[in-house]
Amino acid sequence: MVQVMRRRRTENETSSAAAVPTPESKTRLIEAIPIPPGDPLETLLLSSGGPVGLLDLELESGALGSIRAAGVELIVPLIGQGELLGALYLGPRLSDQPYSTDDRRLLGSLASQVAPAMKVAQLVREQQVEAKERERIQQELQVAALIQQTLLPKELPAIPGWHVDAFYRPARAVGGDFYDFIALDDGRLGVVIGDVTDKGVPAALVMATCRSMLRAAAQRHTSPAAVLADVNDALVPEIPPAMFVTCLYAIIDTEAGELVFANAGHNLPYVRTADGVVELRATGMPLGLMPAMPYDEKSYSMASGEVMVLTSDGITEAHDPDGEMYGFPRLMSRVARKPSNGDMVAAVVRDLEEFTGADVEQEDDITLVVVRRTSSAQDSAQTFEDAGRVLDAFTVASEEGNERIAIDRVSAAIVPLGLDSSRLERLKTAVGETVMNAMEHGNDNRPELDVAVEVSATEESIRVRVTDQGGGRPIPEATTPDLEAKLAGEQTPRGWGLFLVEQMVDDVRSTSEGGARTIELIMNREGAA
Amino acid sequence: MESQFEVNVKRSDRGAVVVMKGTVNRAAKETLETAFEQATSVSGRVLLDFRGVDYINSTGIAVIVGILAMARAEDRVVAAFGLTDHYREVFNITRLADFMTIYDDETAAVAAG
Repeated sequence: MVQVMRRRRTENETSSAAAVPTPESKTRLIEAIPIPPGDPLETLLLSSGGPVGLLDLELESGALGSIRAAGVELIVPLIGQGELLGALYLGPRLSDQPYSTDDRRLLGSLASQVAPAMKVAQLVREQQVEAKERERIQQELQVAALIQQTLLPKELPAIPGWHVDAFYRPARAVGGDFYDFIALDDGRLGVVIGDVTDKGVPAALVMATCRSMLRAAAQRHTSPAAVLADVNDALVPEIPPAMFVTCLYAIIDTEAGELVFANAGHNLPYVRTADGVVELRATGMPLGLMPAMPYDEKSYSMASGEVMVLTSDGITEAHDPDGEMYGFPRLMSRVARKPSNGDMVAAVVRDLEEFTGADVEQEDDITLVVVRRTSSAQDSAQTFEDAGRVLDAFTVASEEGNERIAIDRVSAAIVPLGLDSSRLERLKTAVGETVMNAMEHGNDNRPELDVAVEVSATEESIRVRVTDQGGGRPIPEATTPDLEAKLAGEQTPRGWGLFLVEQMVDDVRSTSEGGARTIELIMNREGAA
Repeated sequence: MESQFEVNVKRSDRGAVVVMKGTVNRAAKETLETAFEQATSVSGRVLLDFRGVDYINSTGIAVIVGILAMARAEDRVVAAFGLTDHYREVFNITRLADFMTIYDDETAAVAAG
């Protein structure tokens, strides 16, 4: 009988075995004696291409002596793609006759058929090892995802006068993002967003530890800075080296709308206000790096309609196919625009997907927490009036070309509101035409008469009021100009102003009071014109 | 405010190009009409180059309507390029775009000549 020993690709040796006669059965198993790579015997076997007899072989080989001593007479190499995959070691024939030419041919032929099968077997074995490794990693990721999803809030807080929303989507390699809502005394709400460096199970375990520490500290302290300082000191001895946690902790007084917050190196929160987006800045080192770190504590008063957006760096550091980063300016610009259906979470996620491309694998966890103070009867008095907040008010003399001054000032006043450029251009054209009409038809182009312009904004829209001093003459209805008649010379080529104004903005209203006539242009901050 | 409109007429392979710069409003009327007459002294299409134009108001729209009326009377084809997205929209809303082809850029306008 013959035993085949395989050379494993992970080992740098060829090992072989064969059968030699035993006293009982006339056969016995030969020990698998490896042939080290580079041994002259290996070279000989590769070059021979067939069985090699050892009886008369003279070779400076370290392996040859041991193989001979084991009783091997013939070695049949198994060669595949120029590589020695293994060998058959054969002892003396049972008949005690030497191996004949026919024997050798038969064995050579057998070897040439066995070698490819061995190669396939080797590859299959390697693939099985790799598949097991992949499965192990996959299982680890599942554990990490499970830890994370178990610990993230199952429900969003329902607080009268507030709307809270959150979004979490792990990357395939599961990062260490987390968020939390902690109910505190006196109707206060703790809001946490954080990110553990590293990925997988280690990050998930640190996240779980950090979350528990935050929850405990939040009940002990009323100051967010004290909470972060406490958690930092507790985390430093526990956290593995080179890992740390960025974290923002805010406490919202849901009655008064007061927000107190501290930040351990996390992305700054954005708040969309009627005047544009503001960043809530507070400095502090990430948690777990060094003990006894101080944390800044700041406060902010949220008005009704204002929205706070907390994010993880999985959003701002996502890349587009050209390698460009999504970045803070784009996030800020997205937050500045009110989503048409009011769903800020969906608007940011959609904008991010449009940026990165839909089928791209997500690089890092994505986490978003959105806290909006909604209008309520109780606090509506202290928020914007229906008219909105005045951003600028000025006058221009009724001189041709002065509409450009009005356009520039209106444009400058609304820049922080982040109106998209197409709507901004439309509003500019409408303002120019309205001011021209006021100068020309209201004030009869008398330079001593001014046109007053006031720009204001609410959460939903921008309003520009243009007032002349023309005695409140009624304004004609805008009609669609007949271009064919104008081109045929049957009508004056003029008469486009009112038509354009109506086409450019979402609404046009007019009022007269005393000697003043006011045209009000309304441009929604987001949505169809 | 003084008029801030300049115009330059140059010949092209298939007609003339009216290169405008500055503000198109009623103050530009005379200058633009003169330039257009000069352009129509060359046979072929008249191409309006709006790349240098930063502001067009309703009185400017009226001036362009006047130019299109002149072109129609002389049976001349007018096309345009170099409009910003916003003024392209304005030209669509006012239907000026129905009476002159608007190209994305000079290359497209010349190629389509």
